[in-house]
Amino acid sequence: MTKTGAEILVDCLKAEKVDVIFGYPGGVLLGIYDTLFDADLRHILPRHEQGGIHAADAYARASGKVGVCFATSGPGATNLVTGITNAHMDSVPVVAFTGQVPTALIGGDAFQEADIIGITRPIVKHSYLVQDVKDLARTIKEAFYLARTGRPGPVVVDLPKDVMADKTKYVKSPKMDLPGYSPTYEGHPLQIKKLLKMLESAKRPVIYAGGGVIISEASKELKAFSEKFNIPVISSFMGLGAMPTEHPNYLGWLGMHGNYASNKAVTDSDYIIAIGTRFSDRSTGRISGFAPKAKIAHIDIDPSSISKNVSIDIPIVGDNKAVLKQITKYYDKYKWEKNEAARNEWMEQVRSWDREKPFSYKQSDKVIKPQYVVEKISELTKGEAIITTEVGQNQMWAGQFYNFKYPRQFITSGGLGTMGFGFPAAIGAKIAMPDKEVFDIAGDGSFLMNMQELCTAIQHRLNVKIAILNNKFLGMVRQWQHLFFNNRYSYTCLECQPDFVKLAESYGCIGLRAETPADVEKVLKESLKVKDKPVVMDFVVDREENVFPMIPAGAALNEMIFGNEG
Amino acid sequence: MRHIISILVENKPGALSRIGGLFSGRGYNIESLSVGVTGDPNISIMTIVTKGDDRVVEQIIKQLRKLINTLKVRDVTQVEHIEREMILVKVQALPKNRTDIFSIVNTFRAKVIDLTGDSMVIEITGTKDKNKAFLHVLEPFGIIEQVRTGSVAIGRGNKATTEFTKQDIKQED
Repeated sequence: MTKTGAEILVDCLKAEKVDVIFGYPGGVLLGIYDTLFDADLRHILPRHEQGGIHAADAYARASGKVGVCFATSGPGATNLVTGITNAHMDSVPVVAFTGQVPTALIGGDAFQEADIIGITRPIVKHSYLVQDVKDLARTIKEAFYLARTGRPGPVVVDLPKDVMADKTKYVKSPKMDLPGYSPTYEGHPLQIKKLLKMLESAKRPVIYAGGGVIISEASKELKAFSEKFNIPVISSFMGLGAMPTEHPNYLGWLGMHGNYASNKAVTDSDYIIAIGTRFSDRSTGRISGFAPKAKIAHIDIDPSSISKNVSIDIPIVGDNKAVLKQITKYYDKYKWEKNEAARNEWMEQVRSWDREKPFSYKQSDKVIKPQYVVEKISELTKGEAIITTEVGQNQMWAGQFYNFKYPRQFITSGGLGTMGFGFPAAIGAKIAMPDKEVFDIAGDGSFLMNMQELCTAIQHRLNVKIAILNNKFLGMVRQWQHLFFNNRYSYTCLECQPDFVKLAESYGCIGLRAETPADVEKVLKESLKVKDKPVVMDFVVDREENVFPMIPAGAALNEMIFGNEG
Repeated sequence: MRHIISILVENKPGALSRIGGLFSGRGYNIESLSVGVTGDPNISIMTIVTKGDDRVVEQIIKQLRKLINTLKVRDVTQVEHIEREMILVKVQALPKNRTDIFSIVNTFRAKVIDLTGDSMVIEITGTKDKNKAFLHVLEPFGIIEQVRTGSVAIGRGNKATTEFTKQDIKQED
């Protein structure tokens, strides 16, 4: 049976079990959209392509499935660039379909033509320009396969208008042609034995868990490994949720705004087992001062993440979950009792550091402290809500003061640091997990970057909460100006802003405001009563509150500065 | 350290720009780059000469292997190998200097492939060092133009550096 490219596309999406598309139509997509009109596929129309891809990204993070978005050629496609980069940096499986001008016009600077394959080349896992309808089904199958396997990432598929109208015989399960792609899933047994041999003699071991633990669904195995040998677990910011915050072996997260105990433990540790992390600069601080006393083992599915930033003693290429399962096979070969006492003593030591200096802030009865808002959200949602964040202070406070319980709960732009991510991400997460309460912990600056998505959220009656920690500043940049630029607040003051309550109401959403600490709980409780539409909460917070602890740029993990203990 | 990296890559649109872009995007150095098709018309071989310490070169190789279109990436400098580069050089050759130039050409086992009243085009193939020495002695006569291929390299012995089987894709060092 012959079908048009557009019909094959829809069939392929169904074959990949896609249940929602975040898409924005346009000239060259007319044929595809005409087919979508009758297709049994849920379509969400963002109000800006960037909102669409962030929603697809968060949908993927919350569900573990591949996120799908559509944008038209030219400006539609270029509006995806930030979102593609965001997904790339955080290893999120997204397939972005872009329209393209007809093949005969490519290269001629046609209306709404952009070389999106060229533009996105450094920010994709892979990309395709489909030049022949006969290649379409195989290409889509490969795109989804590449996006979700190995180290996941975004794949762009560029679809010229004429190819979508051309007809060909539709083959249901085309054979993929990827001779150069074969991720390693099982770890090398010899390396695994080395990892355990080193652990046998370690007295101050630490597990450093990254976002890769969440991606590979290895939380259970991670917990079992930690409990078996009584090893403290530290996460990266992206690894938040891999272990419940309240688990006795979980110490916190390391890095620029991580907790004292985690940074100190890494600095004093004699053996770090890193799992699914890429040793980002925000996590390691100054490399020369990172874990100076430790041997490091590193499990990661991406060989290029190993020894990229930090030199690794025991590299293990493989899937985190698979390797953590393999490890258990060799447990009996080693004499664990030898250093059991030392490990237990170390565990007590790191816990005492945590008791000594937990995340803290100075409460006020006059002005709302932003940390207090996050703490209250955590308490009232019982740590069960999916939390998305914008970028900056709001993001750090969310990481510090929400008590996460499960993986895929914390959705944040870790690598790229994209302001404007949190709100469309909340939309994507809510669509993926409709039974979960979803909160976007936002700053006033970030929210303004993608607030047009209020229209998308109200159209689909999405129950998402936006908690704006409104300090009328680009808070994190202001904090750096305060600490390192002599309080010269160059263009970071956002005093001109809309009335967020009225703004919400103008879209048909609920708008609430809290101006005193006493209002916080009241406003949050009222928001939780709303089940059928978005709620925007404007928390008027202490304008010059800072995020602490903090490791200044270029400093090592043990050179934290404090400031909020009162 | 100078490294010669051999890359087998699928002959698909955009594949070469992914490799070139990787070097520029990540700030890796390229001394020369040459590319041509292999015995299999679907596969090209690219030879890149780069400089960097061991850590950088290890990253370059890992990043190249990560590309979906690359089939095999090898650091040829890790094995016994032969390296060649070809240069076409156009040199001023006034009648009074011709004999001298011919003698230099013979000494270096180069070839004169075009001759006019006052110029010559010479083809030379060799290692970087030999070619450099050749150009150096030609310089006093006046070099008008030079075009070079960039280095290509092949391992010594009976084992193919370029052939690949499914088993050793991206696994071999």
